[in-house]
Formats: sequence, structure tokens, C-alpha cells
Amino acid sequence: MKIQIQLFKAFFVSGILGFGGGPTIIPLLHKEVVEKYKLMTDDDFSDVLSIGNTLPGPIATKMAGYIGYRIGGMLGLINALFASVIPTVLLIIILLNSLKQFSNSDFINNMSKGVIPIVTVMMGLYAFDFLKKSHKSLGLKISAIIFLYSFITIVVFDLHPGIIIASLLILALALPAKGGKEQ
Amino acid sequence: MIFWEIFIAFLIPNLLAYGGGPASIPLIEHEVVDRYAWMTQSEFSEFLALANSLPGPIATKMAGYIGFEVGGILGSFIALFATVAPTLILMITLLNLLHKYRDSPKVIRLSSFVLPAIAVLLITLTFDFAKSSYESNKLIPTILMIVGSYLALEKFKVPSIIVIVVGLLIGGFLL
Repeated sequence: MKIQIQLFKAFFVSGILGFGGGPTIIPLLHKEVVEKYKLMTDDDFSDVLSIGNTLPGPIATKMAGYIGYRIGGMLGLINALFASVIPTVLLIIILLNSLKQFSNSDFINNMSKGVIPIVTVMMGLYAFDFLKKSHKSLGLKISAIIFLYSFITIVVFDLHPGIIIASLLILALALPAKGGKEQ
Repeated sequence: MIFWEIFIAFLIPNLLAYGGGPASIPLIEHEVVDRYAWMTQSEFSEFLALANSLPGPIATKMAGYIGFEVGGILGSFIALFATVAPTLILMITLLNLLHKYRDSPKVIRLSSFVLPAIAVLLITLTFDFAKSSYESNKLIPTILMIVGSYLALEKFKVPSIIVIVVGLLIGGFLL
């Protein structure tokens, strides 16, 4: 039982204090899980993180589900996922629905217009971040080729982005790999 | 069947989004705005602005809220399940395999090959949002707010929740 309470606290605190999503949640989680409650060693934690990064999807919930499962079984998995996801989901549902109560007020309607330019900047910064990451891990030439391929197919020909990403994943596995660290 | 649509709308983006929550934003927008038309572009951008400034993982905030708006509490759970479960099940069942191959160049390439495509999607989304802002706020206020929030977020590192609250007040009083 003690372990379940610690799991709950660790994932609740890192979720509710994690302004900025996954990337800010991970260091907070490390602090709770490794330093405060000593549920895992530092090495184990970085191991789980690097394995989590080989899969798609939100990193915070992969960490919560896996660490919860490993430390507290099926109950631990549900407990840790619940603690990291539900409080902030409830917060946003309650907050936005209370704002909607005033949707016939001009003031509230105009308020939401004021955030569109801000979210534009937030998305621009994420885009820049992904460009930097791709330059760092693929180099300029390969990044530029994949960028142009994605731009032409998605923006010019309006193909579903899912198809383009799936085609890139197939290429990643199918093209011969340099370095030959494979078994 | 609405619950099936909710499941698919959140399953596909999260299975493809290498690079964590932010990578799933443009893919989810594609499903929610373009494909199923549950929200307009400007509703989505207003929601995302608030969601991105509140704490917690962005992918689950989007799933939980949009699922709830479209299909009530059950909708919210289905969207969250579609977001979280598939990759978590993969992680738990394939852990040994992933552990063995995580340094293999092909596995590393899986996550890196997708990065430029996600960048294209995020750039497109940035332009779409800029256009929405121009339509609701006109040109000069849009430019001033974009420059102002860029400086606040990037140069002065003001927490995003504060930038959003200031944006809401400016919107309420001036726009």
C-alpha cells in the first residue's frame, strides 16, 4: 500500500507541476521517483526513458504506465497513469467549461481572440525545435531531403500526413544502415 | 459511430507521433478540425493556447478535453485510452526486444526520420494559426501580439501561463 501511495504522489506532483508538458515532466519525475522515494535507480530510470523514446506517443504516460507496472503491478500501472493524467484533464475540462458559461459576453469572446497570436508563436517555437533536433540527428542534407518530400506531399498535394509519416517509418527500417551495430 | 471515430482520431496521431506530445498536436488537429470537423480552426487554436499553458502532458489534455466535448465522459475515457494504451502495451510487451535494439541505427532512425515531417506539420499549423489571428484580430494587432509574445516567451522566458493570462486580458479590453 505504501508503494501505491508513493507512486500516486510521485506522478501526481510531476504532472500537476509540469508546465510545458512531457519535457518538463521528466526531470520532475526523476526527482520524485529516483531521489525522493527511491523507487528506481538512476540507471534504471534513464534506461526506461531511452526505451520509451524508441516508441511514438506521449512520453509522460509511457513512463507512468511502465514504472507503475514495474513497481506496483497492474494496480501500480493504473494508479500511476491515473495520477499523471486525470488531475490535469479534469482541470482543463472544468476551467474551459466555466469560461463557456460566459460565452454570450463580448468580453469573454474577445479574450479568447487574444490568445490566438500567442499559440501561433508557441507552435512556431515547437516547429523550430523539431528543425533543430532533426538537423542535429540527421545532418543538413538528409533533413532537407525529408523536409522537401514531406512539404511537397503534405502541403502541395494535400496527402494525409499519417501516410507520409508511415512511409518515412518504413524507409527508416528498410534502407540499409551504416555503422552495422545490428545483430 | 461517434465513439469509434473518437478512438481512431486519437489512436492514429499517437501511434505516429515520434517526439512526444508536441509532435501529436498537428496530427490531432488534422483529425479533429479537417477530418471530423468537431472544432473550427479558431476554436482549436484557442483551446490549444490554454491547454498548452496548463500543467500536465499535452497529448492527454487534448484527448481528455476533446473526447469529453464530443462524447461526454465515455468519450473522454475512449480518447485517453486510444492515446495512452497502444504504445504503453508495446512498451511493456516488447521491452526486452526494445532494450536489445535501442542502439541499433535503424531503431534510432525510426524516431529521427520523422522529425522533418513533424516540423513541416508544425510550420503549416503556425501559418494556419497566424491566418486565424489575422481574420479575428486584423493585421497590426496580430503582428504586435506575435512579436510581443515571442519576446516574452523566448527572450525573457516568461512562464507561458502568464503570457496567456496577459493575452486574455489584452483580448478582453483591446481587441
